[in-house]
Amino acid sequence: MKLKNSQHISTLYTSLFFTLFVLIFSTLTSQAQTEQEMFDSVQTLILQAEVAATPPAPVTMLSAVDNPNDKGGAMLISWELSVDDADLKSYFVMRSDTKVGGFEQVGEAVRGNSSYVDNKVEDDKEYYYYVNSVKQYTDFDGNEAFAGAGSQSVGPIVSSAQWFNMARVYCLFFVLLVSGAIMFYINKAKSGAEIYVRKIAGIDAVDEAVGRATEMGRKIFFIPGIQDMNDVQTIAGIAILGRVGELAAQYETWLEVPVSKSLVMVTARETLKEAYTKVGRPDAFNQDQVHYLTDDQFGYAAAIDGMVVREKPATIFYMGAFFAESLILAETGNAAGAIQIAGTAMPSQLPFFVASCDYTLLGEELFAASAYLSKEPRQLGSLKGQDFGKLIFMTAIILGVLIETFTDVPVSKYFLVK
Amino acid sequence: MRREIPLIITTIAGLVFAISYFIPHWPFVEAESIFGDWIAIVQAFAIWLGALNLIKVSLEKIYRKKEDAFYSGIIIVCLLVTLGIGFYDGFSGGAQSSFRDTGTTFDWLYRFIYTPLTSTMFAMLAFFVASASYRAFRARNFEATLLLIAGFFVMGGRVPLFDLALKPFTDVPYFSEFAGWIMAYPLTAGMTAIMIGIALGIMSSSLRIILGIERSHIGGA
Repeated sequence: MKLKNSQHISTLYTSLFFTLFVLIFSTLTSQAQTEQEMFDSVQTLILQAEVAATPPAPVTMLSAVDNPNDKGGAMLISWELSVDDADLKSYFVMRSDTKVGGFEQVGEAVRGNSSYVDNKVEDDKEYYYYVNSVKQYTDFDGNEAFAGAGSQSVGPIVSSAQWFNMARVYCLFFVLLVSGAIMFYINKAKSGAEIYVRKIAGIDAVDEAVGRATEMGRKIFFIPGIQDMNDVQTIAGIAILGRVGELAAQYETWLEVPVSKSLVMVTARETLKEAYTKVGRPDAFNQDQVHYLTDDQFGYAAAIDGMVVREKPATIFYMGAFFAESLILAETGNAAGAIQIAGTAMPSQLPFFVASCDYTLLGEELFAASAYLSKEPRQLGSLKGQDFGKLIFMTAIILGVLIETFTDVPVSKYFLVK
Repeated sequence: MRREIPLIITTIAGLVFAISYFIPHWPFVEAESIFGDWIAIVQAFAIWLGALNLIKVSLEKIYRKKEDAFYSGIIIVCLLVTLGIGFYDGFSGGAQSSFRDTGTTFDWLYRFIYTPLTSTMFAMLAFFVASASYRAFRARNFEATLLLIAGFFVMGGRVPLFDLALKPFTDVPYFSEFAGWIMAYPLTAGMTAIMIGIALGIMSSSLRIILGIERSHIGGA
């Protein structure tokens, strides 16, 4: 029994020793492995950090010139992309007014961009530039860090205003050509030559529309758009108002002009007053015929809609620049049963007017309307010149399409206007 | 002189703006900038002309008890209340604050009265587009029929349902592609033609104004 016990104890000690040995061995081994892994991963991190912190390749072929075709005060800096462009954050544009030192960052171009316009320079002052290729990385402590490489500096460069914008030389050529044609036909008309101008249904309908209001004994509304007098469409609209005013004065029909800009109100009043005087009815003019509503786009639309619904005008003219309110106005007028004539040079609003109005002056017809209605030879001559301009453009487009399609000459490239 | 002076100003301003487009140099650029400043100043002062006219016309309607005098009353009340609150907020907040700051009563008026009213008017466009489209798409003549067909394909190409309907027969999204073709070619060609016409019209109109042939806008024949 005693022996058995001693054997049992010895076996127990042996197994305990063995277990302890295995445990210590495995712990030491795993610890060694962990240490090795940690060492490796630290080495990897250090290597990665070293690679990340390695400055990228600088840009090459750096050039800085006075920005062309401008009013001065700007430099154009351009370069060949760094070979490490894909790893970069951006290019920092550095400027100094001395060749050595004093460089400060004046701009930043994100990777992939090879030029930058520095428009914060003084004319007739010398500047030096270099470009820093900068990449962003996370350093060993987990902080955001930057590594950069500067290019060679260039300079000195001086900016100045140019006497002619060479990028617009073709534009000037066409402007002079069309203006010449317009002047030629104006002079031709002045000398008594008969000028034929095609019929424009929308303008011919003005008489009918004013007459209808007279017969029905209801008002005429004239809406000159929501832009101010510095918009050529508003000027064209006011010019038409003068002709409509003459007719309204002759027919003794009440013409009301709600406006959204104070200067348009003043101008429209003057125009209407002259129109009434011209047909011998200055007494019939009341300056409250032209009245201000609001500058706000939808407030203006709401006010006119309310007036149209309450007063049921027989005729409504929309002549000028319109935006999203065009359809709100025209549909309300349509629902009120008014005869509507619209004219605008806003291409996006034309479909709405075409859908809702009886007649629509499309783009150029708005500008032709005043001349057409005046029947004055010089004005009609200008329309003829305008048509000649269209002929030039049509010919140029057809020739351009044929040349681009059937030859290798990139003709459109030469006529780009910037 | 009443006609000549505005004509001279118009001619000089018109020529300066036209020349500065091609010659970006002193004195044209500076003159263009000065004229731009003048426009802004004149417009700012002219706001009072409009506001006073609005009050005058509205008061007259109320005085004469016209049919829409009620609405004129609302205009006067809203104008005065907004103006009063704006001035109060502007002066009570001290030099560092503005009546437009977040949290002012004026800001509340703007966000909870003006903005919803404007949005309501804008939202009405959806209904007006529907009624206008219904009229425009009635195939009364050749042009309207073309419009109807083009409209059908463009609208069909803008919603996935139409391409999905073709899925059992083909994987090619014919509706989307045809809608894209209509937008890219016939539409662009038409819009370009209109834009060229507009540019020529503006050129012709500007020349008439600069040369003093067109005088309607300054009260001339």
